[in-house]
Formats: sequence, structure tokens, C-alpha cells
Amino acid sequence: MNIFRANFWFHYAGPQAFYGLAGRLWPWFAVLSAVLGVWGLWLGFMVAPADAQQGEGYRIIFVHVPASWMSMVIYLAMAFWSVMGLTFNTRLSGMMTRALAPTGAMFAFLSLWTGALWGKPMWGAWWVWDARLTSELILFFLYLGYIALTSAIDDERRGDRAGAMIAIVGAINVPIIYFSVKWWNTLHQGASVSLTKSPSMAQVMLWGMLLMALCFWFYTIALVLYRVRTTILQRESHTAWVQAIAQGAA
Amino acid sequence: MIWKAFWAVVRRDLLLARRRKSEGLSAVFFFVVVAALFPLGIGPELNVLRNIAPGVLWVGALLSSMLALQRLFEADYRDGTLEQMAMSPIAMPLLIGAKMLAHWLVSGLPLVLLAPVLGLQFDLSGDALVTLTLALLLGTPILSLVGGVGAALTLGVRGGGVLLSLLVLPLFVPVLVFGAGAVEAQVSGLGVQAHFSILMAMLLPAVFFGPLASAFALRIALE
Repeated sequence: MNIFRANFWFHYAGPQAFYGLAGRLWPWFAVLSAVLGVWGLWLGFMVAPADAQQGEGYRIIFVHVPASWMSMVIYLAMAFWSVMGLTFNTRLSGMMTRALAPTGAMFAFLSLWTGALWGKPMWGAWWVWDARLTSELILFFLYLGYIALTSAIDDERRGDRAGAMIAIVGAINVPIIYFSVKWWNTLHQGASVSLTKSPSMAQVMLWGMLLMALCFWFYTIALVLYRVRTTILQRESHTAWVQAIAQGAA
Repeated sequence: MIWKAFWAVVRRDLLLARRRKSEGLSAVFFFVVVAALFPLGIGPELNVLRNIAPGVLWVGALLSSMLALQRLFEADYRDGTLEQMAMSPIAMPLLIGAKMLAHWLVSGLPLVLLAPVLGLQFDLSGDALVTLTLALLLGTPILSLVGGVGAALTLGVRGGGVLLSLLVLPLFVPVLVFGAGAVEAQVSGLGVQAHFSILMAMLLPAVFFGPLASAFALRIALE
């Protein structure tokens, strides 16, 4: 198995081969995600000290920030699979994009929800029309638009390609939207973790957050692989190998 | 030859719009009615109205162009004209660009021309009215160009109208922010140069990529 050869990738671009691969991989990611999640939450809620200014309330950061990251990463992943699908015309790409969308929407919603829970004690308001909140909200709308479009089109292949189109247009727009609302209004605190300067938080808090971020990554990968397997079975139900599986299970 | 085809499509769409006046006009009247509803809902105090005018008029323009967008490709999709365009030797993006230009002339330009009149009802000053009109002049073509992609993707899809709004309205946010922001900058004396520059910077890529992306999306729909 040489992963640097193009053949390897094209082999697993076929639904049947990928079905097996995904089936072998997803339990590992699920276990990793659970372990990291427990470890991260333990660090965040038991070990990390209370914040000097924000007291105990800040602890929601361990869910809030990783969820926000994840909502953005998943949109990028959707755009990536969309580009792949439109250039190589692979069936699997569309299924991957579709499998990512509900999880992305869930994380965007989780980010908004935990943000509201954090904002109420800190700013005294559930919601403010700040640049980051607003762009997260619009990202959530973009996810909903993608899901609505793909589920409204009966023809699967057309739905995949139309969805790929809107995901790419959305991905181009996300930075423009972010900077336009940033100029429009800003209240949110600066980025918590930055690559260019040393982190402005205690080491243990940073570790808790990174573990939670990894936990969400693996959760997403496990869930997407699982969901893609279901989609493959649905779409390939006319083929002999799926029918063999169905008869074996029955 | 190429530009002859371009202008032929523009002329044809304008002619069709003139023969079916009610379709184009209904979106324009929608804009007028929406603008008139806000003072009724909020109250007739001119200080408040003056503050909300840029936002209200821009949101009204957004919604009105949303209504008009649904008809951008619908008729041509049904009677097979789009398929002919896809098969013609002239590049499809050019013909789609012509359709978008005609669509803007019918549904966008009237909004630009009406906005100062509606702005008067909101007690905007002369300078602010000029800024509002110019901002709409730069911004409404973007709505037609970006919205065209959404209109192409939702062609012939169940619940197309609502779906189109859900897809396209989030993408209009930057235009709304800078379009309405230009008027506010003018009123508060900050100068409008930066806002106009950014609107222009969004318009030019939209002119280039909008027809390309729409033609691509239409080919998906026509398959």
C-alpha cells in the first residue's frame, strides 16, 4: 500500500473500496475521539485554574472555541471535496461533502449556542451584533442553504454538483463576509490562540482546548465515515456487492 | 459576430420584458410597498426614519431583486432556449452575461432610479440621496450577477423561490454592509471614497466570474 502513488487514491475513490476502508477506520477515530474528549474535559473542568477575571464561567471556552474552529474547518473540507468532485468527477466526493454538511451545521450552531451562554455572564447579553458572531451566524446560514439545496434536488448527481457549486461560491465569500462585518462592528475579544504571538493563556488551558479540538476532529471524521458508508449503501443498492451484503446481513 | 450575439440577446430580453410589463413592474412596486411599510411599523418620527433609511432601502432592494431573480432563467429553461444557448458556437458565459445585463436593466436600474424618491420620504438630505443612488448603482449589478448563480442552481427545483433566497441572501451581506454603510459614512461626514472603492472592487470580479459560474451552474441543471 503506497500512499504516494496516484493509483492508491483512485482505488479508494471507488465507493466499493472506500466502503471497506471507512468501515475499518471509523471505530478507531470514534475511540480516539472519546478518549481525547474525556481527557480534555477533565483538564478543562478539573485541572485548569479559574480565570482571574472571568471566574468559572470561562470554562465554556473548552467547547466554544474548538466548535468554532471545527465549523470553519468543515466548510473548507466541503469546498475541498467540491473542487475534487467537479474536477475529477468522482462520485465519492459529493457523498463526502453531503456527509460533512450536517456536522458542520451542528458545530456552527453549537458555537453560537455556547457563545450565547458565555456572552450572558461576560458581556451581559445573549447576543451582540459583533463581527465574529455575525459571520458565524452567516456561516450557519450557508450550511443550511447547502443542505436545503442538495435535499431539494431529486437527481443525486445533479444535487451533488449543484451543492459543490454553492459550497465553492460560499467558501470564496466567507473571507469577504468576515472582513465586511469586521469593519462593520467589533466587540468580541481577540483571537484566543494565534500562530504569530505566544498564547495569552495558561499552558494547561491551552492543552485542554487543543485536546478538545482534536476530539472534535476525530468525532467528525468518525461520523463522516460512518455516514458515507450509509450513503454508499443507499446509492449503490442496485449493485451486486451491496445486495450480497444485504443478503449476508439478513 | 460575438458582440452581435451579445446585443441580440440583450435586445431580445428587453423586448420580452416590454411585452410582459407586469412581471418586471411587480418587483419594482414590491420595493415601493416595502419601503412604505417601515414608517407605518416604526412610527413617523423623522429622526428615526433618517437613521434607518439606508438600511431599509437596501434591504428592500435586496428582497425585490430576489423576487426578480427567480424569473431570470425560468422561461428560457422551460421553452428550451437555454439548451440552444448551451449548444451555440458562441461562448455560453457571454450569452448569460447578456441575459444578466438585460435583467439588471429591467429589475435593478428602476430600483436605483426610484431610491432617491423613496429616500425623500425618509427625509434624507440631498448629499445622502446622491450617495444612496450611486451606491445602489454599483451594488445592484452585483446582486444580479451573484444571484444569477443561485437562480441557475435552483432552476426547476422544488420550492425554488424560497430556496433561492436561503442560498443567495447570506452571500449578499458584504454588498449590504458597504452599500448601506456608504450612506451612513456620508451622513456622519466620514467620506464615502472607501465604501465606493470596495463596492467597485466587488463589482469587477463579479462581472467576470458571475456569468462564468452561472453558465457552469446552468450546464449542471441542463444535463
